[in-house]
Amino acid sequence: MRIAWRACLVAILAVVLGASVVAQGQPRVTITYWQYYFESKVKTMDTLIAQFEAKTPGVHVVQETFPYDSYNQKVASAIPAGQGPDVVNLYYGWLPLYVGSGYLQALPAQVFPTAGIEREFVPMIKAAKFDGRYWALPTAVRTLALFYNKELFSRAGLSRPPVTWDEFRADAQKLTQRDAGGRITVEGFGIAPNGQDHQLLREILFRQWGTAAYSADNRRVTYNNPQGAAALAWYTDLVTKDKVGVIDFFPGGNGYRDAFNAGKAGMIVDGSFAIGAIQSGAKFPWGVALLPRRTAGGAPSNFGSFWVNGISRKATGPRLTAAVAFLKYLTSPDVQRTWLRQVGEIPASQALAADPKLAQDPVYGPFIASLPYAHATFFVDETAQRTIMLDAINEVVLNHKDPKAALDDAAAKEQKVLDDFWSKQAHK
Amino acid sequence: MAVSGPAARTRRGLSLRARRTLSAYTFLAVPLGFFLAIRIAPAAGALVISLHRWNIVGTDQPFVGLANFREVLSDRQFWQAAANTLRYAAAGIPAQLALGFAAALLLRRAVRFRGFFRTVYFVPFVTPVVAAAWVWQWMYSPNFGPLAMIAGRLGLPAPLRTPALALYAITALVVWEYLGFQVVIFLAGLEAIPQVYYEAAAVDGARGWDLFRHITVPLLNATLVFSVVYATIVYLQLFTQVLNMTFGDPGGPLGNTATIVLYVYTLGFQRFHMGQAAAATVVLFAALLGVALLQLTVLTRRVEY
Repeated sequence: MRIAWRACLVAILAVVLGASVVAQGQPRVTITYWQYYFESKVKTMDTLIAQFEAKTPGVHVVQETFPYDSYNQKVASAIPAGQGPDVVNLYYGWLPLYVGSGYLQALPAQVFPTAGIEREFVPMIKAAKFDGRYWALPTAVRTLALFYNKELFSRAGLSRPPVTWDEFRADAQKLTQRDAGGRITVEGFGIAPNGQDHQLLREILFRQWGTAAYSADNRRVTYNNPQGAAALAWYTDLVTKDKVGVIDFFPGGNGYRDAFNAGKAGMIVDGSFAIGAIQSGAKFPWGVALLPRRTAGGAPSNFGSFWVNGISRKATGPRLTAAVAFLKYLTSPDVQRTWLRQVGEIPASQALAADPKLAQDPVYGPFIASLPYAHATFFVDETAQRTIMLDAINEVVLNHKDPKAALDDAAAKEQKVLDDFWSKQAHK
Repeated sequence: MAVSGPAARTRRGLSLRARRTLSAYTFLAVPLGFFLAIRIAPAAGALVISLHRWNIVGTDQPFVGLANFREVLSDRQFWQAAANTLRYAAAGIPAQLALGFAAALLLRRAVRFRGFFRTVYFVPFVTPVVAAAWVWQWMYSPNFGPLAMIAGRLGLPAPLRTPALALYAITALVVWEYLGFQVVIFLAGLEAIPQVYYEAAAVDGARGWDLFRHITVPLLNATLVFSVVYATIVYLQLFTQVLNMTFGDPGGPLGNTATIVLYVYTLGFQRFHMGQAAAATVVLFAALLGVALLQLTVLTRRVEY
């Protein structure tokens, strides 16, 4: 026993001494970067870190990753416990929570002046602005577009993707196939309230039917009016009257995309983040088009979302300086180009978005073209707000509730969520 | 350690018996300490959290008294989840017990392929729940699923997409999953009943139903109590099946399949209202404790052989 203990002690001493010897050879400042595990992102970040370290002597960046499903919980619990990253990758929809809780620090205005940021980045990043300051910035952003199956289109006698929502509905009817019993075998539109469609409703249909979903200061719900009800009715009619799609046609969170890849849906609305899955999954010619509009000359709209990198309150002194330099690097146009090439996410900078070569890309083009008018919803409690919108849709589709009444209910519930958030902010 | 005789005393004056007891407790202290640290301490922690406004990210966690409980108890979703949980139990437990009992009685009669049948019944219990839930989701798929087709023949809409049916569609999965376990428990109970009772009763002229009613059922009481308590805990803690059966919209259409545990999970780990989530947990704990105590007093009768 005694001998074993001694052996253990010697081993521990050896490790500690060894580590301190190694530490002497290390650069002076080490910062930690956290993101969730997504292979292409992690690999690209490794090469970016190597380049950054070569340009910035004395700074060492350690990348740590976690599975997507537990990422938010991991991040949320780390900093209050005195651990965790100096630079952290967050979904923009979580920012109100993280900023409100004092988890992040505002980006220093000398390096990231507010006016400069708004000149340089696409408009949707305003969702990362609180109290007139920016708290985090993205490398890349995502928008929505219409994916369509060219084979099904030509079989239905359609030569081009729809431009207006009326055309969209007519096309969807032509694309829908049914068996002898009237059961849908191919959906005209892979309808998915729990996929991207709740965003489609909130930021695109509501706006094009004449109402914003929220007030300009994000404190009030404003969609419960006749225009909002008309937009919701148009959308739910796709299931109940036009019967061009079935909710949960393929089960699972990404069922609509699986159905599209299986050739069982003529069109879907999906984000640029789906490009990879569709490129590898769809075994037929497919195309990407701009989202339709209410009328051919009407205003376009889109939903934008993005992951940001922010600096946690843990970073102070030399670590803060290093973190700021790293963030500056991650948001530079060069890195954005690399990110587009290797990860497939579209750049967050206005200049790159206006680059004609990128805008003409048959796959990325429509997503990039939508950047100037893409709105990122200011979520204060994304889970709750998403569920409220899903419930409004389901009330109409399943319980045949009047769309206006369904929206009145939803608005009352969502207003409570907003009030809860803002009252806690005022409390601080 | 030398022992000189059965009643030997050590220098400190402890009998062998006392020393044995002492060493037993010493060994028990390790798992007990582990249990206290891993199960009891966090449970007490939840009680503390439930009295604070506890945002997981924040540093400022003020004491708010019973505000979280008021918030939870006035939340319509909490009561919907609670009512759903009771519905799961009310539908699932009798179904599971009745089917399990019937299967066990039949299996006992099976002479050939007995092991095979037992394996077939037991396989669902060892199948990963998440995988099973996804397969069942496909079976309920409105346009491709065989279960949805059967429902259609009966004039019913797609079960998982229908608010009134979704809960029972998930209950069916849980019953299927636990049936094998239930069968094994009943088989063990049945085999523990001495054969002589049946023989003696047969001599007195008792036949089929009488034997079942007056011998099998009373002597299975201990097994029944265990099964009911166990199944109650399973159904009141239902979570994985519910989350995975309607993954894109956890809690099913309009919250009709949500359970209390799913409610706690969403509130705590998706919306980060840890204080309220802890309050809901405390309420669930109290309910579980009450139910378990009630069952133990009502259902436990002396079993005489």
